[in-house]
Amino acid sequence: MTASRTIAPAEATSSAGTAALSCRQLRKSFGDLVAVDDLSLRIADGETYGLLGPNGAGKTTAISMVAGVLEPDEGEIVVAGEPMTVRAVQTKRHIGYVPQELAVYPDLSARENLRFFARLYGMSRSEGRDRTEEVLATIGLQERAAELVGKYSGGMKRRLNIGIGLLHRPRLLILDEPTVGVDPQSRNAILQGGEALSAEGMAVLYTTHYMEEAERLCDRIGVVDLGRLIVEGTVRELTALVGESDQVHLTATGDLDAAARAVRDLPGVRQVTVRADGIEIIDADARSGLTRLLSTVTAAGAGIRSVSVDEPDLEAVFLHLTGKSLRE
Amino acid sequence: MNAALTIAGKDVRQRLRDRSAILMALVLPLALAFLFNLLFGSAAAPRPFRYAVVDLDRGPIAQAFRTDVLDPLQRDGVVELRAATSAQEGERLADSGAVDAVFVLPAGFSAAAQSDRPASLEVIGSVDAPTGTDVARSIAGSYAADLTSVRLAVTAALGDGHDGEVPAQQLATLAARAVAAERPVAVQDVSAAAKLLDSATFFPASMAVFFLFFSVQLGVASLLDERSDGTLRRLLAAPVPASAVLVGKLLTSVIIGVVSTTVLVVASAVLMGAHWGNPAGVGLLVVAGVLAATGVTALVASLAGNAEQAGSWGAVVAVLLGLLGGVFVPVAQVGGVVATMSLVTPHAWFLRGLGELQGGAGPQSVLPAAGAMLAFAVVTFGVAMLRLRKVLRP
Repeated sequence: MTASRTIAPAEATSSAGTAALSCRQLRKSFGDLVAVDDLSLRIADGETYGLLGPNGAGKTTAISMVAGVLEPDEGEIVVAGEPMTVRAVQTKRHIGYVPQELAVYPDLSARENLRFFARLYGMSRSEGRDRTEEVLATIGLQERAAELVGKYSGGMKRRLNIGIGLLHRPRLLILDEPTVGVDPQSRNAILQGGEALSAEGMAVLYTTHYMEEAERLCDRIGVVDLGRLIVEGTVRELTALVGESDQVHLTATGDLDAAARAVRDLPGVRQVTVRADGIEIIDADARSGLTRLLSTVTAAGAGIRSVSVDEPDLEAVFLHLTGKSLRE
Repeated sequence: MNAALTIAGKDVRQRLRDRSAILMALVLPLALAFLFNLLFGSAAAPRPFRYAVVDLDRGPIAQAFRTDVLDPLQRDGVVELRAATSAQEGERLADSGAVDAVFVLPAGFSAAAQSDRPASLEVIGSVDAPTGTDVARSIAGSYAADLTSVRLAVTAALGDGHDGEVPAQQLATLAARAVAAERPVAVQDVSAAAKLLDSATFFPASMAVFFLFFSVQLGVASLLDERSDGTLRRLLAAPVPASAVLVGKLLTSVIIGVVSTTVLVVASAVLMGAHWGNPAGVGLLVVAGVLAATGVTALVASLAGNAEQAGSWGAVVAVLLGLLGGVFVPVAQVGGVVATMSLVTPHAWFLRGLGELQGGAGPQSVLPAAGAMLAFAVVTFGVAMLRLRKVLRP
């Protein structure tokens, strides 16, 4: 069992002293599979918290519990000072939930979708109408608001999916992989929207397995693997875990295992991972030692096809902590 | 309840945009009812039996057969009568199919009936109309039995010990008294004829209850659609109880069922001349039938893994219950085990309730049928609710 590490914990409380979200020791199993294990985290008002991990890490299960859709086996969830359970109808008013699926009705228009959820969140007809038009403007769908959603592009549906979550001005917005399957233009629009929400003071819980998104949007990031929160902190704090190391990606053929063993003995090399198409190396100073590194690999019987060197990032952090890639 | 109504309102709007739903709930049942009525309506509708009467006697007993027995049946629309001049002509009419049977009252019939001599009343039947012939024989046999009872009554009045001639005046008085006397036993048929749905009502009614089991699926089964589409997670994350989602779906089924059946009732009355009977009674049967259908559909949906499976299983259940319930063949009239088994279907109770109304009875007459359907609904809803709670857990 590995205890999670918290680096310089954020001041996760609002001015009134209440966190937007506080989870303590959450655990959820499905049969023998432990999907979430001992997960604890806090998010302050206005803070964007990224839950980063590969597919199957337990991110969606965790946020399903936070959203009150799934009951945890153990642990406690408090949203805006109120306990959250699947039956906590009042507490759910504080949350805007944007599922990973396109949870919209294709045989209704965007306007009808929004008005339906406005009514479900307890808004009066006039309030729902006004708020619907505001959200349509925010997500850029005003001109096509009367069209059936089934005729929309994937990006437009994603925007509507997010718009529904924003409708009732929640204190905590949960975005579960909101950019999966989205074109670059729509992705950029979604990320800009996320930044704007944060600026408005909304707390955001953002799950993704795209490290660039997490780096761009999130004030703090929790890295999840196999259902456990293995580390959390700011991007700077997390990358510091890897030290000043560089990440070297070698695309190579031949005896990669022998090459990896040879490289592991070189001074400055902290971690070596063999992949299907090459080797990834975390090196204290790859730039000065690159020539020696490449000649060692070649001497061990591997043929190098390409080389790239990256500054430390979340991918490197994840690799450093788990020995595997985020995209695996 | 507001949340459930909001969800039901959204679902109904979605279904209205789905043309296949309108086809299933309205167009198909109405079209099939119209078609069935056109094809089988004339065969199913009771028509008067056509008889010819050959009166070669012209005496008082032969006249009485015509005026006291056959004419009242003609006034009630049970028979159509025509006269024939001879037994040969009557036979020709029967052979050609112009009549179902011929009554032949031979010369001397009245005289024989009024004496100790045997009298005979002949019935010539058409081979193509066995039922009409049987009915004619029954009528003739019944009249012969009446004559026998009158003869017995007169004999009894004269006493066993009388001998010699009885004045004709006295004999006629006694016979008249015996004929006019109240019958000691009267048999009344208050079941089949009064409660049989005419074809213009039977086919719309049977198609309405048959397709009801398809149209209500559009509400309950959409819960499974929402689960596979991901929108159920969003509904469950909204500040509404999970039970409101379930109630909303059931409400959608009930709304679709009641509206579509009501439209079918009105449309069939206007377009096909269906006689549904007392509106309050019909309303009670429709609501009870819709609840029973929704319960069955909810149970099927709770057992299915996805909406497609629920649709397939629901169709099989609907067809089996429909067949057993007598929507295609009136199995209740078949009798025996099949008729008894049909009572485990809401269809049979629905049609039986309408039969009660057909006889002109008020809404209280459908209470047993409505009660049976409601019991059906309670049992199926109860089991379905227990199982559907699992569907609400993603």
